[in-house]
Amino acid sequence: MGRVTFMMLGDVTTVIDATAVRSWLVTFAEEVADNRDLLTHLDSAIGDADHGVNLDRGLTAVVTALEGIDSATPGELLKTTGMTLVSSVGGASGPLYGTLFLRMSGSAGDQDSLKPDQFAAALRAGLDGVVARGQAQPGDKTMYDALAPACDALDEAIAEGLALGAALSRAAEAAQAGRDATIPMLARKGRASYLGERSVGHQDPGATSAALLVTTARVLAGEGSS
Amino acid sequence: MKKLINEPADVLSESLLGVEAAHPELRVDHESKVIFRGDTPRPGKVGLVSGGGSGHEPLHGGFVGEGMLDAACCGEVFTSPVPDQILAATNGVDAGAGVLHIVKNYTGDVMNFEMAAEMAAATGGVEVVSVVTDDDVAVQDSTYTVGRRGVGATVLVEKIAGAAAEQGRSLAEVADVARAVNSRGRSMGMALTSCTVPAAGEPTFNLPQDEMELGIGIHGEPGRHRVPIAPASEIAEMLIEPILGDLEFSGDGGVLALVNGMGGTPLIELYLMYHEVDRLLSKAGISVSRSLVGNYITSLDMAGCSVTLLKLDDDLLRLWDAPVKTPALRWGV
Repeated sequence: MGRVTFMMLGDVTTVIDATAVRSWLVTFAEEVADNRDLLTHLDSAIGDADHGVNLDRGLTAVVTALEGIDSATPGELLKTTGMTLVSSVGGASGPLYGTLFLRMSGSAGDQDSLKPDQFAAALRAGLDGVVARGQAQPGDKTMYDALAPACDALDEAIAEGLALGAALSRAAEAAQAGRDATIPMLARKGRASYLGERSVGHQDPGATSAALLVTTARVLAGEGSS
Repeated sequence: MKKLINEPADVLSESLLGVEAAHPELRVDHESKVIFRGDTPRPGKVGLVSGGGSGHEPLHGGFVGEGMLDAACCGEVFTSPVPDQILAATNGVDAGAGVLHIVKNYTGDVMNFEMAAEMAAATGGVEVVSVVTDDDVAVQDSTYTVGRRGVGATVLVEKIAGAAAEQGRSLAEVADVARAVNSRGRSMGMALTSCTVPAAGEPTFNLPQDEMELGIGIHGEPGRHRVPIAPASEIAEMLIEPILGDLEFSGDGGVLALVNGMGGTPLIELYLMYHEVDRLLSKAGISVSRSLVGNYITSLDMAGCSVTLLKLDDDLLRLWDAPVKTPALRWGV
């Protein structure tokens, strides 16, 4: 590693506080709303045409719930998000995204802010929760295939000493590449698995929404998500 | 999209208002979207809770009542209910004898019922046993899939386990009956058309006039094969062959044959199909002891049908014949 690391961890600009986490969650909700029809369209090819509708309904409830919380830690915001999704989404997405945020909350604990490596650890805890709940493995054509490469890329970028914004951009690129890589995959989980070979050639809707979750995380570093 | 609705987002809540108005013997919790039997909880009786995405009516809400379910949790269209709903239903029917969850094997249903059972255990008190139905022979049960789907046999599980609970059998015994029905039942379905989810506004898939989907589930998901349309006699063979190839159905008890409509197929065609099924079974030396023809587990407005066979024994036959009083199944009372 030739990269210098003196400007990294501990630098106040790289700390993720509750305001940043809140704006990430709200931005994710907005992006899902904007991509609602796309997600539902992808789901109609290999699922049951409800992913966009359900996730949008859940995240709309999340935004309302977050508005009711004045001051909070990142962990509390993530917990409210997880609980709200479990209670309002249904399907497989509710337990999976709900578990993701609840595990992130557990990892974040009651700290007022998270350093980049702590955020990366929280995201990985969320990924582990998704695996525990859904038993997904690499290449099953699920949200795992976008999230796992993003976690790996984030860990590597932080270890290399990249600034938070650059590290999150790397994670976003990895998530998008992972999402695109689901197209030729044969689905082995969820309703898409019933299609067997016919699931090949379609982008996975869960990997698509998971990629939105990671790309919007760039707002944590005060950057745009598009 | 042409449907008898007001706003797509209000379809479920407004339909539940209709259920409540039409069936005063039931109690509808509009907040939790749970349909309860009016007299639940009944002391000493095991509570039966099922549920799933809406759009399969009469499953599950139409099967709430004497001799069948105590409560049905209604998810959004084709979306499993959330754990809070299932927990509300579980607590609402528990009379101290425990509660049986009847869960169709879909990823979302299994996860949400699992979370609800964990919450029930964590909050203490209610003993919950889950039985997962997975009778669809169109899906290969292997490490590469999430396993077979729960389809037509679910109706039979709810009726027969419901009768066992009504007799006062224990939670373990009722669960055994439910598992026996599932393990002795097999189903296969086909679609002539797709269905239109109200919130999506257009058919889930397009099926040309000269083609049909074989091996469909109940969520408008495409089947395993798209094949040219064929006469009913040949379609019946395509449905019956994989069922008979999967389980030995000949035996003294005979079978229960269910020819189920997917929601958009008229009864005249379902009876025509029943004739074809009956003919094939008798050719295979299988005697039909009981039959059921109609729309019992549907996929909104999809046209098509499924066939379910259940291998009966004396106990299952008696439980099937036991009185039932629900909106969609009613005899002996």
